[in-house]
Amino acid sequence: MTTEPQAGNVWPIWEVFVRSSRGLSHVHAGSLHAPDAAMALRNARDLYTRRNEGVSIWVVPAEAIASSDPDAKGSFFESPQGKDYRHATYYTKSEGVKHL
Amino acid sequence: MSTTPETAAETGGHGDISVGVQGASGSGEATASATRITPGNALRPEDIALAVSRGTAKPSEDVAEFALRLGDDALVLAQRLGHWISRAPELEEDIALGNIALDQLGHARSFLSYAGGALGEDGTARSEDDLAYFRSEPEFRSVEIFELPNGDFAVTIARQFVVSYYQFELYSRLTQSTDATLAGIAAKAVKEVDYHRDHSAQWVLRLAQGTDESREKMIHGFKVIWPYVDELFRDDELTARLSEAGAAVEPSSLRANFDRLTGEVLAEAELEVPNVQPTPGGGRKGLHSEHLGYLLAEMQVLAREYPGASW
Repeated sequence: MTTEPQAGNVWPIWEVFVRSSRGLSHVHAGSLHAPDAAMALRNARDLYTRRNEGVSIWVVPAEAIASSDPDAKGSFFESPQGKDYRHATYYTKSEGVKHL
Repeated sequence: MSTTPETAAETGGHGDISVGVQGASGSGEATASATRITPGNALRPEDIALAVSRGTAKPSEDVAEFALRLGDDALVLAQRLGHWISRAPELEEDIALGNIALDQLGHARSFLSYAGGALGEDGTARSEDDLAYFRSEPEFRSVEIFELPNGDFAVTIARQFVVSYYQFELYSRLTQSTDATLAGIAAKAVKEVDYHRDHSAQWVLRLAQGTDESREKMIHGFKVIWPYVDELFRDDELTARLSEAGAAVEPSSLRANFDRLTGEVLAEAELEVPNVQPTPGGGRKGLHSEHLGYLLAEMQVLAREYPGASW
């Protein structure tokens, strides 16, 4: 992956995801500046795994991440509220069903 | 200084820390959890100081002198690299160089803790702090490349490139040392120095193949540093005896791998090995350049002004 240096010699921002242990998923740890992907990985190692926090690191150019609109909270995230039938606990267990 | 490691432990010195961590944290693999972060297990300077004070690890006179050399190299480099904090081109690079400095400081603490087990004119052991803060310039055994001023970022990277490839070869071989403590320190250090190689090689490639200006600075950096390379690989009577005993290796025997591996990176960066005259050196005998005295003055002033200070 190549990311062209931005104008004004400012290194681009990368988002860092660290997996703390085998079997767990990568979790967003923070962000950093780096001139390219190889250096971003190294900077992430230095910044976010100094205290034995990780066994694997992903770095992603911040500009490659599409994020949800914070202003659209209502239409995006509040719709499921009150829809308790979407949860398993809404339903009563049928008689005679085992292993549920 | 007559403070022995035992009395240091009683007054809350390093021995105290060591016992506390071992007793309280239980950070071994048996208690490792998927979600709890632990410091992990590794040979720490405190463990060495404790082993020395208990008499379970005692270096021979030759091994102690050798450990002093390597400890001084690492200590002086740590002090130099620490100067980059808040001064590197980017915050991230501050931290990268700071991390490397701390790795080197850790190696220095281990080597000096071990060396202290055999030294002392009055026959008592000396602590890492006694050795770091209360020796004068001619008593230091570091070679000149480590005390050279940082210069610009490219000069610092040139030095890092040289010393990390040297230290990697040295520590790799020392893992086979007949001296168990030296082998243990080397086994821990070699992984860290491996990363220092990678860090410096990445920067050599980027600076050499970046802009015209960065390339010019990288070439200049190597020209400044290269005269001091030979001194790293000079044998003497001590290394001959230690090599004979299997406790260490002749520095000259590291040179072929060093030349080959640094040569690969330099070729990829399209750089030449600078054609320069080697310096006479003398650091292993306590003969230093004008730079070391200033470095030591800054490093030692607090400990000397306030003996026993802690925080």
